[in-house]
Amino acid sequence: MSIPNYIHRLERGCKLNEKTIIINLKNISVSFDEQQILKNINLFIRDGEFVTLLGPSGCGKTTTLRIIAGFLEPDSGEVIFDGKTINGVPAYKRQVNTIFQRYALFPHLNVYDNIAFGLKNKKVPKDEISKTVTEMLGLVNLKGFEKRNIESLSGGQQQRVAIARALAVRPRVLLLDEPLGALDLKLRKDMQFELKNIQQRLGITFIYVTHDQEEALSMSDTIVVMNSGEIQQIGSPTDIYNEPVNAFVADFIGESNILDGIMRDDYYVEFEGMRFKCVDKGFGKNEPVDVVIRPEDVDIVPSEQGMLRGEVTSVTFKGVHYEIIVDINGFKWMIQTTEKSEVGDVIGISIKPEEIQVMKKSEYSGLYGDYSSFSDEFDGLSDPNTEQSEDENAQEEE
Amino acid sequence: MKTTSFAKKILNAPYIVWSVIFIIAPLIMVFYYAFTDRSGAFTWNNIIALKNYGETFGRSILYAVVATLICLVISYPLAYIIARSGASKRSTLMMLIMLPMWMNFLIRTYSWLTLLANKGVINTILGAIGLGPFHMINTPGAVILGMVYNFLPYMVLPIYSIMSKLDFSLTEAASDLGCNGFQVIRRVIFPLSVPGIISGITMVFVPSVSTFYISQKLGGGKYLLIGDSIEMQFQSAYNYNLGASLSLVLMLMIIACMFVMNKFADDEGAAII
Repeated sequence: MSIPNYIHRLERGCKLNEKTIIINLKNISVSFDEQQILKNINLFIRDGEFVTLLGPSGCGKTTTLRIIAGFLEPDSGEVIFDGKTINGVPAYKRQVNTIFQRYALFPHLNVYDNIAFGLKNKKVPKDEISKTVTEMLGLVNLKGFEKRNIESLSGGQQQRVAIARALAVRPRVLLLDEPLGALDLKLRKDMQFELKNIQQRLGITFIYVTHDQEEALSMSDTIVVMNSGEIQQIGSPTDIYNEPVNAFVADFIGESNILDGIMRDDYYVEFEGMRFKCVDKGFGKNEPVDVVIRPEDVDIVPSEQGMLRGEVTSVTFKGVHYEIIVDINGFKWMIQTTEKSEVGDVIGISIKPEEIQVMKKSEYSGLYGDYSSFSDEFDGLSDPNTEQSEDENAQEEE
Repeated sequence: MKTTSFAKKILNAPYIVWSVIFIIAPLIMVFYYAFTDRSGAFTWNNIIALKNYGETFGRSILYAVVATLICLVISYPLAYIIARSGASKRSTLMMLIMLPMWMNFLIRTYSWLTLLANKGVINTILGAIGLGPFHMINTPGAVILGMVYNFLPYMVLPIYSIMSKLDFSLTEAASDLGCNGFQVIRRVIFPLSVPGIISGITMVFVPSVSTFYISQKLGGGKYLLIGDSIEMQFQSAYNYNLGASLSLVLMLMIIACMFVMNKFADDEGAAII
């Protein structure tokens, strides 16, 4: 367990009595073909919470979900549901239900029979099934669709049927595996809102897996950021955004300029050869640190008034704001501003003490936060020696 | 209405010529022979003569049905296992299924003769451990065994091809919604594999009901099937007219069976739940 994760648990510990823990994962590890997918995961989820597992593809978030659902047994560690260990309990006996990435609706059944599927297994009386199905169709705004064929539905409608099908059996916990990935942007936003709404109305626990940070920020009570099989940070959306624990989290959630710095003293950090006032303390004297400055927190000032000076190398219009890349002593900063600059302008920048976030050095230090390009993958694409991942190859073949 | 362009007509021409020569013309000839006598005059006699073949028809259908059912029972779990196994294991298993098909049909059937004979390979081995000898050759069982052995791959392949395309997340969704292993098969896998079963049944039943040679060799000529009777009319009795009428009735019978099967298949998906 990483230290920030531990601290976070302690902080939450004092509130434990308010809400009961429904799922507790203890020291979960999983490997496939000698490759470790999950490394000693510890996580608890409280009843009624909307928790998002957020991370890039291959970070282990879907594996974590499959362990909770019962489709996968961990190599080691304990899965505790409502106080009882449920390792070895098959999926069909667990009080959790899943909404699959591609919905996995039964193509041989119509909308009604899909939603009634789980209830028929439970031997619920017919009139009660019909009542529940009608109620569920109302919940997802699909009244009158009972007799429709699954294949005749749009992606968004199939999504709703999948939600209704999973909720019809009244699970304690609903697991959602990137459920909105196949929908277009506008519909996705509507569905985010609707899912959150449903969750609050029913008061059941949602565990939501996504790689979309914006989705995670707008829906969750708690976000669990994962990378390469480890939990990086657990916290509320504002905590995660404002107080990222390391360069990976800072880079993955939103845009960040991440610089090498030295903590000269409490409330004083030095980077780019300048000493800045900040609000962080508790680091060792002269301890090397990572400094995060969000692009929207940088103010542009005339160059002679700036704390730092640099030349504008690119300006992109984004609608609400301009995205400006500034070269300051060889490091490319991203700045989001409503004022226009021209490429080649020399500008000054100013940063307020509370906008500077200081983080301890981690294994991710130096990997992120320079805007020479937006992704490492992009750099790799033009390099013939870099091997692309498997699905990219598959797409090329198509 | 869309008119077919000249180029399209030219492209279609070879297929039209093909179907006229190899499908339509033979059918017309079967009809012609079935309703004429040796001199070429119209007669019902060939059809009337069929009343002597009631038993042969009945036996053909019975054996074909039994062989088809046995094939289905063997193939369904087999296809499921192959579809669910890893890529390398899967190609090995498929290879084993296909291997006998590389041998000639007659040799395959003949080899069972040496295996099942009263002093054949199986009885010799059983005898060595103090069992038998069992009478296996020249029995209805041997004929059905021959059918199952020869036509099994035609049942495995269509079912396998459906099963391998089956979305695995559907079975996970089913168990997520409370189905145990058996219920997953009954409520999801089976209804979704019905099209494979139907084409498997068709592909085994049709050659089984019209087969010849198998019953002559493994049944010792005691359990003649309709295919053998047709062969005899053409090869030894030289009564093309009776042979043609037998073929005609066999053909109608197969069409009727397929019609019933397809009717059944349409209702299957819904009825099974």
